[in-house]
Amino acid sequence: MSEIGKEKEFREAMAAGKWRIQKSPSTDAYVYYPREIAPGTGADDLEWVEPSGLGTIYTYTVVNRRAEQGGPFNVIMVDLDEGPRMMSRLEGVENDAIEIGARVKARLSEIGGQPAVVFDLATGA
Amino acid sequence: MAKPSDLRGKAAVVGVATYGSGEAPGNTEMDLAVKASKLAIEDAGLTLADIDGIATCSTSNAMWPLSVIEHLGIKPSFIEGTCIGGSSFVEHMLPAAMALEYGICNAVLVCYGSVQRTGEMDRKAMAKARATMAAYDYETVYSPPMPVGAYAMAAQRHMHQYGTTRENLAEVAVAARKWANLNPEAFMQGDLSVQDVLDARPVSSPFTVRDCCLVTDGGGAFVMTRADRAKDLKKKPVYMLGAGTASWHQKITNLPDLTVTCASQSGKEAFAMAGMTPAEVQHLMLYDAFTINPVLFLEDLGFCPKGEGGRFVSDGRIAPGGSLPLNTNGGGLSCVHPGMYGVYTVIESVQQLRGEGGARQAGQIDVSLAHGNGGVLSSQCTAILGTDAAL
Repeated sequence: MSEIGKEKEFREAMAAGKWRIQKSPSTDAYVYYPREIAPGTGADDLEWVEPSGLGTIYTYTVVNRRAEQGGPFNVIMVDLDEGPRMMSRLEGVENDAIEIGARVKARLSEIGGQPAVVFDLATGA
Repeated sequence: MAKPSDLRGKAAVVGVATYGSGEAPGNTEMDLAVKASKLAIEDAGLTLADIDGIATCSTSNAMWPLSVIEHLGIKPSFIEGTCIGGSSFVEHMLPAAMALEYGICNAVLVCYGSVQRTGEMDRKAMAKARATMAAYDYETVYSPPMPVGAYAMAAQRHMHQYGTTRENLAEVAVAARKWANLNPEAFMQGDLSVQDVLDARPVSSPFTVRDCCLVTDGGGAFVMTRADRAKDLKKKPVYMLGAGTASWHQKITNLPDLTVTCASQSGKEAFAMAGMTPAEVQHLMLYDAFTINPVLFLEDLGFCPKGEGGRFVSDGRIAPGGSLPLNTNGGGLSCVHPGMYGVYTVIESVQQLRGEGGARQAGQIDVSLAHGNGGVLSSQCTAILGTDAAL
């Protein structure tokens, strides 16, 4: 017998409008993207937790996509307050105003019909 | 117990060759790999019948070594097919040296071919096929242009953290072009200034197209034997003094500090095996998929302090006539880049150590470092090579 994998659990939750990361209580470490065992330690006590959604922009790039394909867009990396880093997109900000170190807040959205976590600038966080 | 340093100088590169660098219309990746292999075997003064070890890989065929074995009609007793991106052929050197030392085989052919520029299965077709095959990966939904986006984000972070400038990065491309202008095999030639690099078409900030490697065809191969046999072959042997391989991540989000790559591990291992320090290295081949690469690798391999790489490559230090000749074939930026360029780092190091560089020969070189990079800074492989004077 086998249990369903963490990736499937994650995707089903995302489809239901819920974004979760993992935590390993034995080591207090947060994990994202979803794993079967905690990376590095091998702990098998990973459980789903709701992240604060707050984070800081670690780095970014503005991609010079052609205008007919939709024009320039950004890709950011966010260090979540819980620790893990993730790739995402910053919305509601001009691409030339993106700054490393900016505080951001997650929002579950949709890109190309797929559920995706995007970020907005966080005010006062 | 045996230790890594036992392998120092035990194996040698005895033959090298390239074939079809740039554009090779009407060829398959196999055609180029095999034609380069034949030339490398001849360069060594060996024949195909002498080859009893094979190391090769392709991004388009998971069982590629079998195809090469069949095409060549050999029956090898050592097969190495590790594919960890562009660093792979530098990676192959260490297991090859071990197999030679233990007598598993006597002559290893390392080879590669790609027609990503002119082939029917070109770079775009490959990217589409890979996207179909890749598992849900938590990143594709954001459409990061890969690999350039990953390197661009590393460069952006390096600039933020250490004050590295766009001009510093451009110096890497300018130096590569100056070397390329001395190499008849280089695909891109002509004047290139720092301003030209900055003014080129933006791709993925902070990079313009001139911060990015070429997309070319090309085949490359080299042959390794035990050192004792190498002495009796046609060309001056180039000994493997040290080698190291490292990987910490696959996706760029999983590299903890985007300014520190696992070249810091592979380099340490290679230098420990060689019993040498960066100060003894006279010539460098650092896989320059993007201009940030040599900056990161110079720091991680110990040629300058962390954060100083941008300033270190400026002022002509790595260009022709500079104190530290680097990427003397013109690099992936201006010479050739068929997708997994690592094999060319070894080939150029060997040619420089033999004194076969022609107009681009960087003086008398006895110790050279060839460094391969794969994925999105994901795998790093370092080889320290030397002439008999370095033994």
